[in-house]
Amino acid sequence: MGAAKPRLRAVVGDGREDQRRGRRTVSLRGWGGVAAMAVACALTAVFALLLPLTAQRGDAGDGSTGVGGGGVAEGLQARAADCDPAVKGKEPEASLRPDGSESGAAVQAIKKRGYLSVGVDQNSYRWGYRDPNSMSKTSELEGFDIDLAHEIADQILGSPDKIRLKAIPTNERIPAIQRGDVDMVVRTMTISCKRLDEVDFSTAYFQTGQQVLAPKSSTVKGYGASLAGKRICTAKGSTAELELGDAKKKPVDEGGVPQSTDISTTVPNQLDCLVRLQLGEVDAVVTDGALAASQAAQDPTVELKGKPFTEEYYGVAMKKGADDLVRRVNQVLEDYRKDGGWQKSYDKWLQSALGPSDGPPAPKYK
Amino acid sequence: MTYPPNGSEAPPGRGAVPTMPTVPPQQTRGGTPPARPAAPAAPRRTAWAEGVDRLKAGATTEPGRLRIIGAVLALLVVAFGATTAWQMTDRSAAADDVLHSSQPLSADAADIYRSLADANTAASSGFLAGGQEPAAVRDRYEKNIRTAAGKLVTAAASTDPGSPSAKTIAKLNTLLPQYKGLIERARANNRQGFPLGGAYLRYANDKMQTEMLPAAEDLYTKENQRLRDDYDSATPYPWIAIGFGVLAIGGLAWAQRRNYRRTNRVFNQGLLAATAASTVVLLWLVVGHTVARSGLDSSYDHGVRSLNVLHDASIASLKARGNENLTLVSRGAETVQVKGKTEDKYNVDFEKQMTTLADKLKAADALADDGAGKRPVTKADASMKEWLDRHKDARAKDDVGDYQGALDKIIGSKQDKPTGECFDLVDQSLDTALAHEQAQFDTDAGDGRDAMTGLPVGAAVLAVLAAAGAVLGIGRRLSEYR
Repeated sequence: MGAAKPRLRAVVGDGREDQRRGRRTVSLRGWGGVAAMAVACALTAVFALLLPLTAQRGDAGDGSTGVGGGGVAEGLQARAADCDPAVKGKEPEASLRPDGSESGAAVQAIKKRGYLSVGVDQNSYRWGYRDPNSMSKTSELEGFDIDLAHEIADQILGSPDKIRLKAIPTNERIPAIQRGDVDMVVRTMTISCKRLDEVDFSTAYFQTGQQVLAPKSSTVKGYGASLAGKRICTAKGSTAELELGDAKKKPVDEGGVPQSTDISTTVPNQLDCLVRLQLGEVDAVVTDGALAASQAAQDPTVELKGKPFTEEYYGVAMKKGADDLVRRVNQVLEDYRKDGGWQKSYDKWLQSALGPSDGPPAPKYK
Repeated sequence: MTYPPNGSEAPPGRGAVPTMPTVPPQQTRGGTPPARPAAPAAPRRTAWAEGVDRLKAGATTEPGRLRIIGAVLALLVVAFGATTAWQMTDRSAAADDVLHSSQPLSADAADIYRSLADANTAASSGFLAGGQEPAAVRDRYEKNIRTAAGKLVTAAASTDPGSPSAKTIAKLNTLLPQYKGLIERARANNRQGFPLGGAYLRYANDKMQTEMLPAAEDLYTKENQRLRDDYDSATPYPWIAIGFGVLAIGGLAWAQRRNYRRTNRVFNQGLLAATAASTVVLLWLVVGHTVARSGLDSSYDHGVRSLNVLHDASIASLKARGNENLTLVSRGAETVQVKGKTEDKYNVDFEKQMTTLADKLKAADALADDGAGKRPVTKADASMKEWLDRHKDARAKDDVGDYQGALDKIIGSKQDKPTGECFDLVDQSLDTALAHEQAQFDTDAGDGRDAMTGLPVGAAVLAVLAAAGAVLGIGRRLSEYR
């Protein structure tokens, strides 16, 4: 009994506590509602005040990009005086007239040194690559680009072996020339107005364009509507990545790609895209037709789909201002086109993947 | 002991004379206020309060006091024995875990980490050698994959399901076959002469470097933490046991002094035996634990710490070698920006790992405490310096476009003075150093653990004897009141 009493009292006490707590909760809820409404009102007010601000800022952002765009446009206009892909005679691939003379300073320096130093690729099958099973110790690198490099060495120095081939990364092509690490770069390098600001190019030695590569069994028909819902791989910083980024903003019938196309996969090197494709991590690859062909040559189950959707030319890049060397290389290219050397090299390396060629692109001169 | 008791403390005539100290004196019951009728009035009255009252009453008579003293002494001695047994069992078990469970597991985790890095290095070495890779390199690769797979099973068996370690092990178990698949694809493409093989190798290497090795490192860190925890539970002084020991011995001494002052008798055999036993336990406890502790501490300082640093060095050298190979496999395929300059990603990683290797070797040299431990570390350091020199040559050759020269300088035959030779020397020296430090750990930790052997059981037995001695000694004195 004695024990039960306090327990009872405790229960009663608890009940009261509960009631009191309940009342407090109710009243709190009431105030909470008022407070919540006040906060909501305040937030709305803040948003209402800030939205125009952010919108303004957004506009400013667009405006500044607009200005930037304008800057680019102005730059293009300024440069348009001597470089414009759309104007005949001012295309970037138009180079200096060929000249076989070897008295210029740049050519003389090479002759004095006794060997030609060329920046090349070693990861592009059929263009510039290393055959791991090659037994010969002298012909380490081989491919279409390497043939051309040897041809230039042969013409200038009298022997195709008076040459040092340096494997250089894609993003080191221009700095390597500017630093003088190499005399020239023969490395599937596209001639563009922007690059002409930094280096000089020979005439075009190959025509290509961005192209889609996909498994033979794939429903991808090429660039355009059939890419809907597909995952596409591109190399980081490549033309393909830029082109696709722009294409996402355009409707399909104006040369864009469907919104459902996933272009988020980018890799350090174009060849890594074939790895991703084989592992099923992507459905298609977009890269240069020439490099796409080199990928297709390593995997018989994939093929180039559709036509190239851009037009690009590869050229030999040299130091800006080395006009005598540019003219000398253009002369080599003239001969290379005429004497069948170009065709022989194409048939050896590229025909199997790209099909028979219509011959080298016609040179354009300023 | 047969003299009649000293008059000064003569028992009062009314004292009840129970022969057993446990039986409460009669008159205490009379002295206690009647409990039953008072219960409703004072409901809080408990058995405890009653006991206290009885004790108070008992303490007024000498036999009562003696009984209380006897009980407290026995209790103290038993508590001493029990805490000693308990604390030393814990420490002994932790020391045993250090020796037989957590250190081997930590070493296993390090082996997993090392085997994976080694397999990755072997894969790239084989790749560099061409489509037909040398049998020795292939064997090394396969052996490392087998080791990693095997040790993962051991590690899984000793991990609680659902723990972070178990998740890491599961992750590694998923990634290992994926990695192996990529390497096989790389090999198949390389055999056909396709540069695609190199791309696969880089992808596999990426998986290894960014997913597998960090997971293995994580596992290694966790196992090391577990080892550290076991050390932390094995080495602290058993203060509770020591405290009880001091109390028990102090109590026994006080009881004997009291006995002497009241009876003029110097020795009470029971109490003396109890004191002796308790002192033995306390000494054994303090000395044994100090010895064990010093053994364990030395196994940590000279064994575990050296082993950790050496494992780190070994892994750094393996990673450096793998990256060195990959500079030639992938030249130009991947680059990073370092201080505004574009550098080959793998060469940058190589240099980073070599710096780590140099740091770890320095640390290992500082930790090595004898000639046998120092020698291999010094040798590894010399080989590392030679490696760096030769690497510079290889880079110079590569930079002027002499690929074959660079290749020979890295995986060539002996007359080319390749960096591979230096790497092998570093690797062998580190293996020697690791074996030495492991042996040192086993000896020290074994000595430490052995110093605790028998202590829990011995302490318990001696404490029971001491308690019995105390009770008998007091009982002897009590019997004089008959």
